[in-house]
Amino acid sequence: MAAPAPTLAPSAVAAELRRGSDALGRFTGAIARNRKAAFGLVLLLLLSVVAAAPQLFTGRDPQALLGGSQQLPSGTYWLGTTNTGQDVYSQLIWGTRLTLIITVVAGGLASFVSVVIGVAAAYLGGWTDRLLSLLTDVFLIIPTLPLLIIMAAYLTGAGTDAIILALVVTGWAFSARQLRAQGLSLRTRDFLEAARVRGERPFYIIMVEILPTMTSLIVANFMGLSTYMVATAAGLQYLGLGNTSEVTWGTMLHYAEENGAIFPGGNPFWVLAPGFAVVLMGAAFAFLNYAFDEIGNPALRSFRRRRAKPAA
Amino acid sequence: MRYLAKRFGLFLVTLWAALTINFILPRLLPGNAAESILAGMRNVTPAAYHAICAELGCNLHQSVLLSYFQYLGNCITLNFGLSFQYRIPVTQYIMIGLPWTLALVGVATVISFLMGTLLGVVAAWRRGGRLDSMLPPFLFLLTAFPVFFLAILLLLVFGVGLHWFPLTSNYTFGVVPSLSLGYIGDVVSHAVLPATTLVLSLAGSWVYTMRNNMVTTLAEDYVRMARAKGLRPWRIMIDYCARNAILPNLAGFAIQIGFVLGGAILVEYTFSYPGVGGDFVSATDAHDFPVLAALFLLFTLAVLICVLIADLLTAILDPRTRES
Repeated sequence: MAAPAPTLAPSAVAAELRRGSDALGRFTGAIARNRKAAFGLVLLLLLSVVAAAPQLFTGRDPQALLGGSQQLPSGTYWLGTTNTGQDVYSQLIWGTRLTLIITVVAGGLASFVSVVIGVAAAYLGGWTDRLLSLLTDVFLIIPTLPLLIIMAAYLTGAGTDAIILALVVTGWAFSARQLRAQGLSLRTRDFLEAARVRGERPFYIIMVEILPTMTSLIVANFMGLSTYMVATAAGLQYLGLGNTSEVTWGTMLHYAEENGAIFPGGNPFWVLAPGFAVVLMGAAFAFLNYAFDEIGNPALRSFRRRRAKPAA
Repeated sequence: MRYLAKRFGLFLVTLWAALTINFILPRLLPGNAAESILAGMRNVTPAAYHAICAELGCNLHQSVLLSYFQYLGNCITLNFGLSFQYRIPVTQYIMIGLPWTLALVGVATVISFLMGTLLGVVAAWRRGGRLDSMLPPFLFLLTAFPVFFLAILLLLVFGVGLHWFPLTSNYTFGVVPSLSLGYIGDVVSHAVLPATTLVLSLAGSWVYTMRNNMVTTLAEDYVRMARAKGLRPWRIMIDYCARNAILPNLAGFAIQIGFVLGGAILVEYTFSYPGVGGDFVSATDAHDFPVLAALFLLFTLAVLICVLIADLLTAILDPRTRES
């Protein structure tokens, strides 16, 4: 029986990595070998650099009124201008930051909620499971975008935090169901039985025995949720919900649509640039999601077998 | 039977949850926010003021519980009050846009379901074939594109660029609705781009799940048995595999329908299509809460009804659910 880590890792990812350089090596090796994972990772790193230091990529203030109305791309304005003469390129660069923050924070919080609810339902069973499963089913059925829109509409003057809250409330259910199914399949395994016989508390069993085993699925779920958040947040902002005075790709799309950028006389790049940026960020997370599904599952299986044997 | 009873229980609980969300959300507004919405409305008669007040839950003379039951009663009798924007009963207002959305969403769902399921069946049947190897990158591309951006791109290319289809609305302004070929053609040409957007965004997941289910079913012993008996491939494909492979797809129908409605909202907004999805967005802009509440309920109800239909079909197609 491998000794569990002396202190609880803050996150399940760290717990997995802490199990030794062997597991770590397999993880990084798998990412490097998987073309999808490598592509997604490079893309995400690139976007993170732009989000962290936008001033490296543009010297212009994204809100400054500089040129004429809806000019087409030129040497000065690489992606043209908005209807009030703002530089679309610098808006695209500066908008990366808030777009990425909303995505990662909403994706992270929603994964957290889904892990708590899914694993609690699977492990505790009985009435807790029935209630939590019912809650999950209800949130799966209630159509998400209408619920999101109605929440955002009632949170009048909704800022970024309100949008994140709405995204989390509507986004967690699908992952929670997946994690519950995975948790159920773990429940009868020998190493959990052994922990119970040892007299460990449920909290310890969940944190040290169950969660590390589910790491790959949790990470894959986080990537999947982030993919969903990129598109959904952009869609909400596109409809004019949330704080429209902040520069994000979604609000750029909203103003471009409102001012007829795709119609003759407009600057279609005002729409195309943030739109393809949303696609790119979504693709980065989706690639990582698929990659974790691919490399995660076999790794998870061999990992489980190794843990189960000494416990039996 | 127990299966259906259980599913009906879920139906009721979800409906109640949607109703309660509708009731609670306006009451979560800080008192000032409700006041500020009222202050933003001009020419409000005292009667209308009280009605709006009650709607927003700032009527302090009444207990919350009493107004909750009053609200539930109003919902059951389809009494959603007057639209803040148009001063006509909400139900009357919704009925204007509803047929357009029903037609758009209905046609798009049916086409995408048939197309997706068929492609999935064929891809799995010829596993590793040309269609099967072409699908994954194509599907990946589709999932990466948000519905609204797909709509914008189609509009840009086929509407603005190529002039193949009209840009907005449901039929040409000024044309009198009639049962003539000209009018119907006009309506169809206006619906092509919105419907194509929905089909493209939906078909992907149908293909994907159907293909994977088929691959699993093809490995079953009874399929091998059917082959050994010398049945026609067509019959094995449809009666033996597809019938079983479609079951999980039916179960996924619920989530799918919710997704279609979300897509319809974004698509109708982009194409200025005068359905209830577009109404929903304009109601958020105008803070038209009675319309918002009624439409949210309508969307939830639509999903619930589809779930029930899917459950019924599952019970018919899969004897195992009937036995337990």
